[in-house]
Amino acid sequence: MKLQQLVLTAAALALSSLLTAPPALAQAKEQFFPVLVYRTGAYAPNGTQWANGYVDYLKLVNAKGGINGVRISFEECETAYATDRGVECYERLKGKGGGATVFQPLSTGVTFALTEKAPVDKIPLITAGYGRSESQNGAVFTWNFPLLGTYWVGADVAVQHIAKKEGGVGKLKGKKIALVYHDSPYGKEPIPILQELGKTHGFDVQLLPVAHPGVEQKATWLQIRQQKPDYVLLWGWGVMNSTALREAQATGYPRDRMIGVWWAGAEPDVKDVAEGAKGYSALTLQHGAEPGSKVVKDVLDLVHAKGQGTGPKDEVGQVLYMRGLISAMLGVEGVRKAQERYGKGKVMTGEQVRWGLENLNLDQKTLDAMGFAGVMRPVQTSCLDHMGSSWVRVHTWNGSKWEFTSDWYQADEKVIRPMVMLASGKYADEKKIKPRTPEECKK
Amino acid sequence: MGFFIETLIGGLMAGMLYSLVALGFVLIFKASGVFNFAQGAMVLFAALAMARFSAWIPEWLGIDSRLLANGIAFILSAALMCVVAWLIERLVLRHLVNQDGATLLMATLGIAYVLEGIGSSIFGSDIYRIDVGMPKEPVMILEGSIEGGLLINKEDFVAALVAALLVGTLWLFFQKTSTGRALRAVADDHQAAQSIGIPLNRIWVIVWCVAGLVALVAGIIWGSKLGVQFSLATVALRGLPVVILGGLTSIPGAIIGGLIIGVGEKLSEVYLGPLIGGGIEIWFAYQLALVFLLFRPQGLFGEKIIDRV
Amino acid sequence: MLYRENGQFRTSYAADQQIFPIAQDRWAILAIVVFAFVGVPLLVDEYLFRAILIPFLILSLAAIGVNILVGYCGQITLGAGAFMAVGAYAAYNFHIRLDGLPLLVSFLLGGCTAAAVGIFFGIPSLRVRGLYLAVATLAAQFFTDWVFLRVPWFTNNASSGSVSVANLQILSWQIETPTDKYLLCLTILVVFALLAKNMTRCAIGRQWMAIRDMDVAAEVIGIRPLFAKLSAFAVSSFFVGTAGALWGFVHLASWEPAAFSVDRSFQLLFMVIIGGLGSIMGSFFGAAFIVILPIMLNQFLPAIGRVFGISISTAGVSHAELIIFGVLIIFFLIKEPHGIARMWSTGKEKLRLWPFPH
Repeated sequence: MKLQQLVLTAAALALSSLLTAPPALAQAKEQFFPVLVYRTGAYAPNGTQWANGYVDYLKLVNAKGGINGVRISFEECETAYATDRGVECYERLKGKGGGATVFQPLSTGVTFALTEKAPVDKIPLITAGYGRSESQNGAVFTWNFPLLGTYWVGADVAVQHIAKKEGGVGKLKGKKIALVYHDSPYGKEPIPILQELGKTHGFDVQLLPVAHPGVEQKATWLQIRQQKPDYVLLWGWGVMNSTALREAQATGYPRDRMIGVWWAGAEPDVKDVAEGAKGYSALTLQHGAEPGSKVVKDVLDLVHAKGQGTGPKDEVGQVLYMRGLISAMLGVEGVRKAQERYGKGKVMTGEQVRWGLENLNLDQKTLDAMGFAGVMRPVQTSCLDHMGSSWVRVHTWNGSKWEFTSDWYQADEKVIRPMVMLASGKYADEKKIKPRTPEECKK
Repeated sequence: MGFFIETLIGGLMAGMLYSLVALGFVLIFKASGVFNFAQGAMVLFAALAMARFSAWIPEWLGIDSRLLANGIAFILSAALMCVVAWLIERLVLRHLVNQDGATLLMATLGIAYVLEGIGSSIFGSDIYRIDVGMPKEPVMILEGSIEGGLLINKEDFVAALVAALLVGTLWLFFQKTSTGRALRAVADDHQAAQSIGIPLNRIWVIVWCVAGLVALVAGIIWGSKLGVQFSLATVALRGLPVVILGGLTSIPGAIIGGLIIGVGEKLSEVYLGPLIGGGIEIWFAYQLALVFLLFRPQGLFGEKIIDRV
Repeated sequence: MLYRENGQFRTSYAADQQIFPIAQDRWAILAIVVFAFVGVPLLVDEYLFRAILIPFLILSLAAIGVNILVGYCGQITLGAGAFMAVGAYAAYNFHIRLDGLPLLVSFLLGGCTAAAVGIFFGIPSLRVRGLYLAVATLAAQFFTDWVFLRVPWFTNNASSGSVSVANLQILSWQIETPTDKYLLCLTILVVFALLAKNMTRCAIGRQWMAIRDMDVAAEVIGIRPLFAKLSAFAVSSFFVGTAGALWGFVHLASWEPAAFSVDRSFQLLFMVIIGGLGSIMGSFFGAAFIVILPIMLNQFLPAIGRVFGISISTAGVSHAELIIFGVLIIFFLIKEPHGIARMWSTGKEKLRLWPFPH
């Protein structure tokens, strides 16, 4: 009897709270940013940092007075890196606060699912550094924005970097490159371009899949020890990266011959391998760990100093934190651009923000003024190019922190563009999408 | 040849670690007939406790010595696992006596969720480090007699030794102590054991306690190898084929099953994997266990299943 | 008072054996079905459709399939997700490779393929039993995960290994809005549930139950275990496979093997055990419990926290969700090990006497 009463009271409380809960987010003049995050589950250590950076930037924009006076509201939803939870979160948040501005799911699986839904709901998707590589072609993928880089850019630059280390593209002939990848769409994205490049330059690609979540890699590294590839490309996420580094250490594979993608080059991947990961390099999505940049100082002064910081203070400015921060910045700048056309100081709809993202033009001066000096290079998107920039640097773990060890690389358009056109054309055929013509783009 | 031996040794060592997880399953199944799916969550929980205590204790008590901090953390975590064991017996199992296997299995999955949730909310969901001073760099041996020499991973070697030691201790405990004898009696026949005055509830607490300790050791070894994070819970899925191959009720079965699965897995991945695309070890382990089961449906060392109508 | 069967006389065998022998039940169920078809589309918003109702319907179908195998035939399976995957990928291949094949036929062919694979992975059940079998079915799970990741033919050579479908159409009915999708799933579910209920009531169902209760005894009285067990695997996998096709085509529209991972298998087994083994009705209860509860918790916990003036972080909510979910599962298993279906029937017994229990 007691229990029943308890349950009833709890239910009544819950109900009343739902009814009386202030519609905090539904107020006018607020631009609503849904935040899909994963702070629990197998990939939590990486997802949490990204989420903290994302939310902190939104708070920073508010602290500075909003986007031309329009304040930002946001709500987090936990996906645990599962596709169906991600879809549920999308459905939950897309209509809130007067309509979601832009979704950034931070998961290739969720991106694939949302790519089918976003055009219907007219909400853009930003997938900075992940997602479908062919979605660079905005004529077909109207609503996807793989800003700053795709996996194909990553793979191409990784090969360029190896060629440079070897002393020229010609030296690649006869080399052996192993790709240790997460056995999922994320890990498989770079395979076609690596094989293509292998054919042109005459190197061998060896594929070594690792099953989710990647805690058992002994057999993989035994194979590496047997085959002795000249380089190992690491295409992992979460615990798979640190495990790979430990196994490399245990089988004696030189870490300075390992190159990770930008999702395998952050502090959680190396910090508890510490000395064992010394010499390991990873690509960067332009930025590395940037504790000294002006935008980080702003976050510390205007957000953390007021006790409103989202995560621990000492993690501000780390690699994945910066990734989240920059992702949020790109979304905010999309809104700002849209306001230039549709009215300053107004709340933008998803469709208007899409236009803003497609006409994004962040030159170095603007970026420097926003505090991204030395962090980023210019980004300029267009109807046909939803990526906007393909600059990449390489940084290396020195045992206690990441340091840049290369100059800027840029992906080779001649390699990537044909593949993007081919793959997006196939997608358009399957889905019976008519690619937008240049005239339609101008609208 | 050298590479084959390396793979073999690698497989044996991985197998030893699988047996450690499998041992937890077997202990509990033997004594209480529960197929404990929460074993993976217990490994995670224990490892989290160990990692966090060993980081917190120097702060709380101001101790500098890492050995001492680790020692205290180990004792605290062991105590915590015993509390968990007691709670599980008191709150869950006692109410589910005599239910059928599937219900109990689901109940342990419920326990797994609770442990994962509590573990990450108390101890956090970041990646943590257990540093018990395991050697990380590999050594080369037998360079003279085999071409290219043999690369041995010292960490795995130490881990396998610890696992072997633990199994030996457990064997002594089961064979030579009176509690161990009582445990074996319960495992053989609940009712008979009860009728001669063995308190079933206490025995169950003890068994879960022992399984908790095994989980702690497994957690420390895996955690020091991989870092302590959520994915540790999935090592349970690696232990399952070992358990059915060796037999659900047999401790030697867990060891030998572990070695067979470990070796089979690594050899198949290294030699068969490249031919059909790689990434085959996890399903290969299950298929291997299944093949053995077709010949011996009760596992290699399990008790013979007798059907009576 | 209202729920009372005085005066309802059953004069024929058929009347006595019908699915709902009590008139009130019959009317109530009919009313619910009519409401589901007519009322719900008028009342419900898009979020409920997409995030709750459609997953609920599809997983109910899968749970019915699992229940046939686990609840009626007594073979515990942890590999149900594998058969969902087989159904989804097979339907996908039929859909894109045979031009002009009607969508429903693709779904059913997907189900049939799953049934064939189910028979294959059911063969060990003739020799291996109980928990050993349960673990052995995980072999199917991990094997199919691997196959769909590794063999490019199944994913139509998609570079990433993820497949997607669009422009679903049955005859001239374009399935686009959530309401269309809901109605499609609901129709399929109603037909299949009726089919399942009737199967369990006829000869084959009684064979399954005989095998479940004591397979040696069943064999002695002349039931062929080979036929009974494998037919249960086939029928179960057919249901689960069709559900998988719906999950891929209708709910996700784009998927990868991770959508049918081992977690999905556990989830399905949860549904049948929480809902009630050997009960079609129970499958619905179980699916509702497992689909809706976590989402409800995830949304209500912050609201409850707000009442007491606490703001809970996203991670905190997720952890609390896990803990409460686990506790509720244990609670239900202790209170009613035979599932919500049993609670339901106990409730009905009480209702019959209410308000004068003596």
